[in-house]
Amino acid sequence: MVNSPHLHKPVSVRLVMGKVLLALVPGIAIYVWFFGAAILVQIALASAAALAGEAAMLKARGKPLELYLGDGSALVTAWLIALAFPPIVPWWLTVSATLFAIVIAKHLFGGLGQNPFNPAMVAFAVCIIAFPALMAKWPAAGFTDFGAQMAIVFGGQAPLDAVTLATPLDSLRTHLSLPEAHATVANVARSEPGFGHFGGRGWEWVGLGWLLGGLWLLQQRVFTWHVPLAFLAVLALIAGGFSLAQPERFAGPLYHLASGGTLLAAFFILTDPVSGATTPRGKLIFAAGAALLVWIIRTFGAYPDGIAFAVLLMNLSVPLIDMGTQPPVFGHKRKGGAP
Amino acid sequence: MLATLFRFKGGIKPASHKDESSRVPIGRAPLPPRLIVPLRQSAGGTPLPLVRPGQKVLKGERIGAPEGNFSAAIHAPSSGTVLAIEARPLPHPSELSALCVEIETDGEERWIERAPVDYQTQSPDILRDLLRDAGIVGLGGATFPSHVKLRPGSAGRIETLVINGAECEPWITCDDMLMRERAADLLRGIAILRHIVSAERVLVGIEDNKPQAIAAMRAAAAQAEGIEVVPVPTRYPAGGEKQLIRVLTGIEIPYGKLGTEFGVQCFNVGTAYSVYRAIELGEPLVSRIVTLAGNMERPANYEVLIGTPIDQLLELARPKPDTDRFIVGGPMMGFRLPRTDLPVTKGANCILAASQALFPEPGEEMPCIRCGACTLVCPVELQPHELYWFARSKNFGKAQEYHIFDCIECGCCAYVCPSNIRLVDYYRFAKTSMRALERDKAAADTARERYEFRNYRAEREQKEKTERLAAKTAAARQGLAAGEKAPAAATAAASSAAGADEQALPLLDEAKRALIAAAIERTQSKKDGGDAPAAMPAPLPVGETPQREVEFYRMLVRETAKTSSPEDPLQ
Repeated sequence: MVNSPHLHKPVSVRLVMGKVLLALVPGIAIYVWFFGAAILVQIALASAAALAGEAAMLKARGKPLELYLGDGSALVTAWLIALAFPPIVPWWLTVSATLFAIVIAKHLFGGLGQNPFNPAMVAFAVCIIAFPALMAKWPAAGFTDFGAQMAIVFGGQAPLDAVTLATPLDSLRTHLSLPEAHATVANVARSEPGFGHFGGRGWEWVGLGWLLGGLWLLQQRVFTWHVPLAFLAVLALIAGGFSLAQPERFAGPLYHLASGGTLLAAFFILTDPVSGATTPRGKLIFAAGAALLVWIIRTFGAYPDGIAFAVLLMNLSVPLIDMGTQPPVFGHKRKGGAP
Repeated sequence: MLATLFRFKGGIKPASHKDESSRVPIGRAPLPPRLIVPLRQSAGGTPLPLVRPGQKVLKGERIGAPEGNFSAAIHAPSSGTVLAIEARPLPHPSELSALCVEIETDGEERWIERAPVDYQTQSPDILRDLLRDAGIVGLGGATFPSHVKLRPGSAGRIETLVINGAECEPWITCDDMLMRERAADLLRGIAILRHIVSAERVLVGIEDNKPQAIAAMRAAAAQAEGIEVVPVPTRYPAGGEKQLIRVLTGIEIPYGKLGTEFGVQCFNVGTAYSVYRAIELGEPLVSRIVTLAGNMERPANYEVLIGTPIDQLLELARPKPDTDRFIVGGPMMGFRLPRTDLPVTKGANCILAASQALFPEPGEEMPCIRCGACTLVCPVELQPHELYWFARSKNFGKAQEYHIFDCIECGCCAYVCPSNIRLVDYYRFAKTSMRALERDKAAADTARERYEFRNYRAEREQKEKTERLAAKTAAARQGLAAGEKAPAAATAAASSAAGADEQALPLLDEAKRALIAAAIERTQSKKDGGDAPAAMPAPLPVGETPQREVEFYRMLVRETAKTSSPEDPLQ
């Protein structure tokens, strides 16, 4: 190489993706503790499918296999799909969802760095529309019998009602929408077994694991504070405002933060650089918009969680957001470049 | 008074490697048998040679006269004999050639008569002219003529003088060593600069990884009023002129503007030191301090005569056997030397030996994942990843809209890119393409204007011809009408006119023949000129007038400029 700079920081896409995978480990460990080892099987299934799909597409597109297969980006997509789906969905759902994400949402748009939508969220949206029943079967905390889990994943057995539960997001929305006079946020949370201390039972601790890993990524400067903070703060603000006004109809901020995919989305999904906004102000708008959409879909929508749709809708607005939020350049901030 | 420090956004902190070459004092490089002095060593025009092959010169004798406002003089770095004045390859990434004066040194180092000046008794105008004639240019690497930077700007007065001792590039220590060893003289140079612009305060910015330099400069500046030595946080590119001005004063100078317009101006410490030598000792700029570092057995700093061949310099520091290339400047902004028999120029602050182990090639280029690492380190606060897309897709309009010309090519973005994208290369490509397009457009505009004027002239001539014809016809008609009245007179007039014509004919032929002969001669001489190599200096006839000599060299400079790249060869 002839031109400057001659000095390079030893960094790579592989290193960035590796850090993201590593940051998911604490959350996964807590996940296994509460919900059994089925999630590890799902992660393995998704990883294998992602690598196979990636390899096939790279070959078809004539790209160097050894360079791209090792970049870790397919694995990040795979892990996020496994973690976003219920851990006891049939194996073929995980595999086909991952293939859909890699082949259609990633490579048909141009591969690494080119996909306008978060591939994992595309897979989630497709599956929740195509297989709503399968996507609603979440295990109850404490259902950790690996044999029984595998029978569901590979044996095609329908899970018994005793081991699955509607998620708190789901049951709260269902109960509040029924014309029962006594249904308030407080008594649903008291009566439903899926509720824990402030979110879903078990899930609130998994969320803490995502938070831990996310903070480490922040410290590692894999992403900036803008997206996680704006997302969590705006969601808490909206939820807080409405629950203050009508506490019986709207759940509080802590509940929203600790339920569903909020923390996973804040640190691992919305922070996807490829499909997210890049300017500081753009990131704030992007994350705030996602938070608003999540709250609206959770509260008034037909789906149990709104993360996937919120993310995809905001992905769609990224070019516009970036264009409108270009920060001023050195010396052009004020007329005449005064300090 | 303690100055408040400001922050510039972005920047990186690579390992500094400054200890390696700063352990031993500045050495003096031995006098080389031959010096190759490029005539163009500043950002301005090319100086005209003032010497002829065979002529004896003294150390410090002017050999190149400044051409135009943005040029500084060139001097013989040592005494000896001029061997040749011809185009030679320069230390430049593309091995560009330009007019150089080759001097065979006589080993005597005989100075011209040096005339120290008491600067306090001189007006700024005279001092500026003295600096131009002493060949003082920015020694930080940009080689911008200092006298131009010392002109008062639109803001009126330069209130703050910033002296740049930041030296932010890794490995380079020439400014560090200069400040440690020659702080007192350096301060005198600063005083002269300050006197010229009558600045109220002087801020000397030094990165805080140079405690010895800071201590030496503080000790030297202890007595001086209004001169403050300010340690600045070590963060590349804190030594970028605009970055340092921002850190020390908070003023942001936009692209294309000089500091003078904002009441602030910045000079490198090396420049200030050479100002001292020029004014107080009467010694023009004939040497500079060069760091030899990197993959070397004995990294050190040397005071080197301008024009010293780099390969002879390298012998002093002994590059290690696995050295595979040399870099002029630092590892962030320096360029790879195409070969080592090239001369040291005024802008060469460092020669870096590189090896695969020291500067490993970055990995294979991957697609941009928009991670934004580049935006976090860009000191100009650009969006490098956006510029990359625009440059890559040749969307130059958009690139310009996103301020690509503000890019200082510091290399921070490429340094941190996890996809190993050679971002700066893309920006260079876009900038050069845009400049080329602009030139083409200007050329096309000129051609169109010429064409339109030619058409206009043809039309005008046609019109005039028609009018003349019409007038003639009218006159003939009138004459005919008159002739009917006085036929005898008309016949007499006609015959006399015909007689005159016959007499005129041979004369006309004579003139035509002379014209044709002259034309043939011209073509012939043009052909001869075309056959000879355009840039070769023909032996000068003895006794030619100096004016013709100057004209000849002017032509020579133009010819070499034509064959070389239109870009500034020193950039």
